[in-house]
Amino acid sequence: MGILYDLQLRCVLNIHEYQAKKILRDNKIPVPEGYLARSPIEAEFAFRRLKSSVAVVKAQVHAGGRGKAGGVKLVRSPEECRDVAAKMIGMTLKTHQTGPTGKLVRTVYVEAGSDIAKEYYLAMLIDRETASVAIMFSQDGGMDIEELAERSPEKIITIKVDTTLGLGDYVLRQLLYRITLPNSEKKQLTDMIVKLYSLFLKHDFSILEINPLIVTKDGNMLAIDGKMNFDDNAIFRQKEIEALRDFDEEDLREVEASKFGLNYIGLEGNIGCLVNGAGLAMATMDIVKLCGGEPANFLDVGGGATEDMVKNAFRILFQDAKVRGVFVNIFGGIMRCDIIARSIVEVSEQAKVRVPIVVRLEGTNVAEGKAIIASSKMAIISADDMADGAQKIVAAVKKGH
Amino acid sequence: MAILVGKNTRVVTQGITGKSGQFHTKLSHAYAPRFVGGVTPSKGGQNFEGLPIFDTVLEAKKQTQCNATMIFVPPPFAADAILEAIQAEIELIVCITEGIPVRDMLNVKKALERSRSRLIGPNCPGIITPGQCKIGIMPGHIHKPGRVGIISKSGTLTYEAVNQTSVAGLGQSTCIGIGGDPIIGTNFIDLLQMLEEDKDTEAIVMIGEIGGDAEIKAAQFIKENVRKPVCGFVAGITAPEGKRMGHAGAIISGGKGTAAEKIEAFLSAGISVARSPAEIGKTIAEILHKKK
Repeated sequence: MGILYDLQLRCVLNIHEYQAKKILRDNKIPVPEGYLARSPIEAEFAFRRLKSSVAVVKAQVHAGGRGKAGGVKLVRSPEECRDVAAKMIGMTLKTHQTGPTGKLVRTVYVEAGSDIAKEYYLAMLIDRETASVAIMFSQDGGMDIEELAERSPEKIITIKVDTTLGLGDYVLRQLLYRITLPNSEKKQLTDMIVKLYSLFLKHDFSILEINPLIVTKDGNMLAIDGKMNFDDNAIFRQKEIEALRDFDEEDLREVEASKFGLNYIGLEGNIGCLVNGAGLAMATMDIVKLCGGEPANFLDVGGGATEDMVKNAFRILFQDAKVRGVFVNIFGGIMRCDIIARSIVEVSEQAKVRVPIVVRLEGTNVAEGKAIIASSKMAIISADDMADGAQKIVAAVKKGH
Repeated sequence: MAILVGKNTRVVTQGITGKSGQFHTKLSHAYAPRFVGGVTPSKGGQNFEGLPIFDTVLEAKKQTQCNATMIFVPPPFAADAILEAIQAEIELIVCITEGIPVRDMLNVKKALERSRSRLIGPNCPGIITPGQCKIGIMPGHIHKPGRVGIISKSGTLTYEAVNQTSVAGLGQSTCIGIGGDPIIGTNFIDLLQMLEEDKDTEAIVMIGEIGGDAEIKAAQFIKENVRKPVCGFVAGITAPEGKRMGHAGAIISGGKGTAAEKIEAFLSAGISVARSPAEIGKTIAEILHKKK
């Protein structure tokens, strides 16, 4: 279901399905009736409140692919709803998006079942090429949209909106005259697109995906699933959305890192990397791997990293039990190498670090920086350039095993 | 004069009284004295280290005949600052600010298309013609006047390439960080065209990374239009696919944005690819050596 990802529109902030549905409902976009339940008994009551004889119980975790993993079940009575919820709450759900450890289900969403006659696909996202908001619609909804894009791209119709001009009728007509929906559905679709477009801008979405967008047997259009990603850069003006953040769902190391303004992504290897700048951080992971090592993380302390940031980054690295060695690669530029060297030595002494550390420093005061490293009591190895550093850390970690 | 900036560039800093604005104006001006003033609303009439401060860009232009600006305005107000510079018809706008909301940049990009201005960035280290003009946060001392043009999506990785070409004795004509954001003012292709036409540039280093398809389009452009030798590097060959590092925009652009795919596009366009980030300098030196 969730298919549209983008590295540069990377979204730290994810929200639950029930929260996304509430945003849609609050903005008058039709969604099925549903209630959140934290316990089996709440799930039973939720079913009773629904004006429906069939309901769907859905595990609330931040991951797609829930259906296949047993996180979405159809129920036909309040009792059945309670029993299904009892099994689901507390279970660990493993999908292709949760990683091998899976995610603990803490709550379920009980939603009225819908009599589905047709399934469509609707999405909005930023089109970087034309600097516009792209709206995509397909009459073949409900399936993997990437698969559809590959097999029959002509079935996805895309219109682009210049945000300085707005979503004019002339833009909408480019869609409406290329699809074969009955007029009543076209009217509902237009209404929905207009509302979603203004919601997209209002909340700084980077991606909004409704899949499927259904038509019920009595002709009503409903958003059955709503996937929302938000632009991280805009969080400062989206307090309402930020409040929906669920820290239970996030990687603790990543949460910790973000508090200090660090960009951290946990990986599976054992060589911790601490680098300034995202491009150099990626290139450092690459060169570690080229030398036969496996990076434990991506950690960017920022182009203009400060002493404090380097210290905090070190603490996060050393909290990771997998880390068997650390490679520090700082192209200081304007930042002074002696200051960075001093904080590296200080933190590793404080933390009584036992794993090998290789430090490559470049930039202002590099000689003083290297002298500080050399005179440290800790076993810190100096490297001349990034290739030298990568070879040294890989060798040191292999020796340690 | 290399490209875009040189001895005749006259720069003002927007956000000159902020911490970063002050620091980098001082360093850039010390590197090459091309700064003629600054802009901070409500601080007009004051001065910073001898540079006059104005309330608006329009006023600064009237008084100083500036033709470039360097922007250090914080993210919530940065798009507005760019629009102000566009309205004042400043030829070159270099925006260093990181973290501008994408929605704001959509409007900026459309305004740029209808303007006389060129934007470099945002979220970039800036632009430098060694020995002549530095607008940005890159460390001046690692640069040497020379014959390699460097264009890059990344900041510190660009310094790596600069340093390697300096150590190899080649030096640089002009280095430009285009910025890592999804919406940027100037892309690889615009700059490749300029470097191809620039008589001071003998070879080009292009540094890309995963995400989007700018590198693939650039490779196609090089194949068809660039005669000068090009060395390419793509960061992120080991970046894992997953919920965070997946790719898209893909459905619209038709590409997937992996490093492998980009490297392949580079190779098929006849670009020499540095496999390791430590070999950028060596690769470009070999190309130039062969050429002779």
